[in-house]
Amino acid sequence: MTDKRMTAEQVVSELRSGMTIGIGGWGSRRKPMSLIRAILRSDLEDLTVVTYGGPDAGLLLAAGKVRRLVYGFVSLDSIPLEPHFRAARQAGAVEAVEYDEGMLYLGLYAAACRLPFLPTRVGLGSDLMRINPDLRTVRSPYDDEELLAVPALRLDAALVHLHRADIHGNALCLGPDPYFDDLYCAAADRAYVSCEQVVPTEQLTPAASVLVRRHQVRGVVPAARGAHFTSCDPDYPRDERFQREYAAVAGTDRWAAFRQRYLDTDEAGYQQAVAARGPQMEVIR
Amino acid sequence: MTGTAPTRAEVCVVACAEAWRGDGEILASPIGLVPTIGARLARATFSPELLLTDGEAALGVGTWPVGGSPTQTEGALPFRQIFELIWSGRRHVMMGPGQIDRYGNINISAIGDFHRPKVALLGVRGAPGNTVSHPCSYWVPRHSRRTFVEQVDLVCGIGYDRAASAGPSAARFHQLRRVVSDLGVFDFTGPDHRMRLVSTHPGVTVEQVHEATGFELWTGGEVPQTRLPTAHELTLIRTVIDPAGHRDAEVRR
Repeated sequence: MTDKRMTAEQVVSELRSGMTIGIGGWGSRRKPMSLIRAILRSDLEDLTVVTYGGPDAGLLLAAGKVRRLVYGFVSLDSIPLEPHFRAARQAGAVEAVEYDEGMLYLGLYAAACRLPFLPTRVGLGSDLMRINPDLRTVRSPYDDEELLAVPALRLDAALVHLHRADIHGNALCLGPDPYFDDLYCAAADRAYVSCEQVVPTEQLTPAASVLVRRHQVRGVVPAARGAHFTSCDPDYPRDERFQREYAAVAGTDRWAAFRQRYLDTDEAGYQQAVAARGPQMEVIR
Repeated sequence: MTGTAPTRAEVCVVACAEAWRGDGEILASPIGLVPTIGARLARATFSPELLLTDGEAALGVGTWPVGGSPTQTEGALPFRQIFELIWSGRRHVMMGPGQIDRYGNINISAIGDFHRPKVALLGVRGAPGNTVSHPCSYWVPRHSRRTFVEQVDLVCGIGYDRAASAGPSAARFHQLRRVVSDLGVFDFTGPDHRMRLVSTHPGVTVEQVHEATGFELWTGGEVPQTRLPTAHELTLIRTVIDPAGHRDAEVRR
């Protein structure tokens, strides 16, 4: 069987500007942040990003990588509003395709099943159809119900971060919630899984916790603390202190220094800079 | 401090708790601190069958303090299964609208033009799906004309007029139960399902509520006072659910 290990740079080299990229996790939880940071260092632009958004969306928007954002929300969880997302929305700098959270699920599920759409009540009567004029309704062939047809959200690539994976692309979720990571992978032409730890296949137990299977996965990226600063429970919680700093400097003249220290470097440099903060964090002023 | 008169925040907690009375074995989903205290109070007293999450992906057992975690769980409830639960109707959420109108349409996404909002809020989140699937209530910690508006800028959760005009598929399971603010309790039993003032909290006049509301509010006669917490409820709130008194930071009046 294939050894699918690759680096974040190799993943990014397989992506193209203009692609539609789905990002796993939920809000500021278990985001594939090391892969996001690799995209930030690349020339990629003009992306359509599909996400239950957190700092993944915020960082990509701040870097001007996103033309179109498909989302149910963008939040840092413990900080309800993502500052870069707000700034981009209020500047009209991104095409916003806003869906109900459940519609996003149905769109990914339709794509995973190779269906053009899935019907739902969700969105009926709301302004979603006004702000997304591409949305259509469909009449039930069994009764008189008219339902909203959520279009399939087919992805060129999916990026997810999980706790353990083998070299072939089977990956285990140890956390309290798988979110929709397997659906992102199933909805994508190419799925890339970054993981806290690569282990032998026989250590992927219990089998019921294997969330993503190798037939869906093109690349496995070993990335210890790769979800930082989002949570990756039970391996590590969200780095609330770092997140507060991230949110506090967003949109200020301190953002450039933050970017220089944490983002204008490779992943090892990022992790070193985070570790160097120590218990007495030196706050960028 | 048990024994002292109930604060406004405590009256609000009980008013929120009342939203889940008689709901039986469904998921109570409170958004915000006061509704969270209220849902736990409801389950600890008059609605013992309610399901409550630990704030992550598990269902908690017993009564635990806000900011803490339950000592015991009774099962996992990851997000995907929550959507199935929502669509099956087995849930009653209490959301916090940025704007709400007389028919109960709410906006939590964007103030101003959607494509270039003056203020970008959370996004529609689950509001469109919640309102067409199961009972919904609302909590407004600061009642003002900025929140209670003539017309919301973006309909995220649908009100009675939109449910009716969108047709039977939208209206079939649509049900708005109550709105609780720091001034009073409201429902939608006015003419044509317009918002009605059900009760005012102690120390609040009907005129004050009208003054703080950006649309014509139905009253339909004498407006009673919101019921006060019982001694047992006060003890639970003060010593078990919110011993640190976080509720007073959310209700400032």
